[in-house]
Amino acid sequence: MSDEATGTAGTAGGTAGGTADATATGPRGAAGTAGTAGDAPPGTRETALALGDDALILSHRLAEWAGSAPVLEEEVALANLALDLLGQARALLSLAGDEDALAFRRDARAFRNVRLVELPNGDFAHTMVRQLFFSAWQRPLFARLAERPGPFAAIAAAAGPEIAYHLDHAVTWTLRLGDGTAESHARAARAVAALWRHTGELFEPVPGLDWLDPAALRADWTAHVTGTLRAATLPVPGEPPPPGAPFTGGGRRGLHTEAFGRLLAEMQHLHRSHPGAAW
Amino acid sequence: MSRAAEDEAEPGPGAGWPLWEVFVRPRRGLAHTHAGSVHAPDAELALRNARDLFTRRGEGVSLWVVPAAAVTASSPDERDPFFRPTADKPYRHPTFYEVPEGVRHL
Amino acid sequence: MNARAETEHAGDGTRDHTANDTAGHAAAFERTIAADERIEPRDWMPDAYRATLVRQIAQHAHSEIIGMQPEADWITRAPSLRRKAILIAKVQDEAGHGLYLYGAAETLGTSRDELLDKLHAGRHKYSSIFNYPTLTWADVGAIGWLVDGAAITNQVPLCRCSYGPYARAMVRICKEESFHQRQGYELLHTLAHGTSAQRAMAQDAVDRWWWPSLMMFGPPDDASPRTEQSMAWRIKRHTNDELRQRFVDICVPQAEALGLTLPDPELRWNEERGHWDFGPVDWAEFRAVLAGEGPCNEERVSRRRRAHAEGAWVREAASAYAAKHPRGGAAPHVPTAPTVGAGAS
Repeated sequence: MSDEATGTAGTAGGTAGGTADATATGPRGAAGTAGTAGDAPPGTRETALALGDDALILSHRLAEWAGSAPVLEEEVALANLALDLLGQARALLSLAGDEDALAFRRDARAFRNVRLVELPNGDFAHTMVRQLFFSAWQRPLFARLAERPGPFAAIAAAAGPEIAYHLDHAVTWTLRLGDGTAESHARAARAVAALWRHTGELFEPVPGLDWLDPAALRADWTAHVTGTLRAATLPVPGEPPPPGAPFTGGGRRGLHTEAFGRLLAEMQHLHRSHPGAAW
Repeated sequence: MSRAAEDEAEPGPGAGWPLWEVFVRPRRGLAHTHAGSVHAPDAELALRNARDLFTRRGEGVSLWVVPAAAVTASSPDERDPFFRPTADKPYRHPTFYEVPEGVRHL
Repeated sequence: MNARAETEHAGDGTRDHTANDTAGHAAAFERTIAADERIEPRDWMPDAYRATLVRQIAQHAHSEIIGMQPEADWITRAPSLRRKAILIAKVQDEAGHGLYLYGAAETLGTSRDELLDKLHAGRHKYSSIFNYPTLTWADVGAIGWLVDGAAITNQVPLCRCSYGPYARAMVRICKEESFHQRQGYELLHTLAHGTSAQRAMAQDAVDRWWWPSLMMFGPPDDASPRTEQSMAWRIKRHTNDELRQRFVDICVPQAEALGLTLPDPELRWNEERGHWDFGPVDWAEFRAVLAGEGPCNEERVSRRRRAHAEGAWVREAASAYAAKHPRGGAAPHVPTAPTVGAGAS
């Protein structure tokens, strides 16, 4: 598994492998100084890649909205979400190695994010429901990480208020879309139905976090999400698919969607076109 | 307000969200001051829009949003009756008074 | 004063006055301008002053939001995570600046919806510079250094514009924009000191963006009919040519420090004038882009129009929700995250 995670690009694997290289280009975002992987407990790297890739890819998708948001105020709001998540990604990936080598020189099969975050944006309802599902999962997870001494405590504590705001934003809009007009209700309901099958993957074990109880996390998530959907007059599809259900997950093992390949092609093209260049 | 009439006349896809005045408290110990305005359909979104627009660089610790339509303002026409009468009462200001040489802490 | 609630945004002072008042009001307006004090929204002002401001502020606001497009196009391809964060923040600022400026225009009695409709219908202009394409990553740097640099040169004097809300918006914008120019310069500096391919990319971008940046200051003074009146009203503080010269003088040594050249063979120091002489701007190109024939005019406006049209159902949903829940609050049993900000305290 960890061999696979170093990616197929030789140089990237080398850089990203053992040595943590949080250099001057390291994170300036929420997390402050990141620890090094050298003295970190086993599994740190796997966890950092999983959570870091989640944040990186969702940030990328959210930033795709720039210039196309439904109202100017939302341009600013969506960019805030993207920036917060990018800051988290940089802090987390720096625990696993060089952030740029990891972001720009791994192939799709080496990425560890859940599929939920890589799905194309769809309409605004799709983007907001996806945010609701993701933030409602990230919030209790990061709350637990913040309380547990270890390499993730500081990052998770710094990200906590950001995630709380993301969730608040997603709830605010889910209510307005679900309980707005007939059209917005139909679009929001479609988004819930389409995204639901991808939520089961959130409760597969996070690599390296053996102590985490996915069932408890899932209970927190379900309470929050179903409460919000009901208040938004949206149908609740039932329990998320159980972990390991066919064709619903695999991102943590590097099995992604076709859309993800195109996302990476765009994201990595320039960096890969100039091997060894500094930016 | 003139805006309402315009919105009725032009019910296109852009029409609708009213204006809110935004007040930011830059830090504890200071009063909220007017920062600008946002459009929002309700108070909750107005508050969030104001947060996103006016505190991107940590400019505030507290926000008020007030429907622009709820503000009653003095008119420029009333500037004289409202504000001029106070100008000829210099005895309200400490500099009006002469203090004998050498007297301190007064 | 009439009974309706009014704020800065009512901004329709002219309609409250009879013809008899006008002479007195006009004199008061002139006195305020002459004393270099600010005109505020509900003051009487000449119709032409109001119209000039609405046109200028709207054009400025439109430029900010159209200007998001050429740079946003590179967010998904930014070659490092640090650069990506910077670029997202910059494009976000442009949306924010558009909002500040639309807010300032609204104090003159014109709604944002109305201004956006005019932009979408092609009846309002925005800065022509954004009708040029961003072809390479280095363009992001050239836009920051040259386009934002030119914008700042234009905007700093506007912080002292006679119209209060515009001047206040400009103060905020100028404060935020200084990072835009610096990040562009730093980006170009990195490329200019990088691989030969990066260096070539940087030089190519500067070659393409230099002349359009000089056009941003508008037509030469003898062909700029509005300048005189705008200066008399203290909306503008300097002529187009003065600002253009100032910009050239600033850029020449900066280009040298980058190790890049500016694409003008006539550029040379004029000891007598104490300024850099530069070659003639191609005003035919300027007029063509202004007339809609630039490389990206059509796609910029149609993308803006599409985003607005596709967002209509979202804006309507939020309005419908607000009508159903007049207190703006969520239903009590919703497990919302902690309330943001604080209410009246």
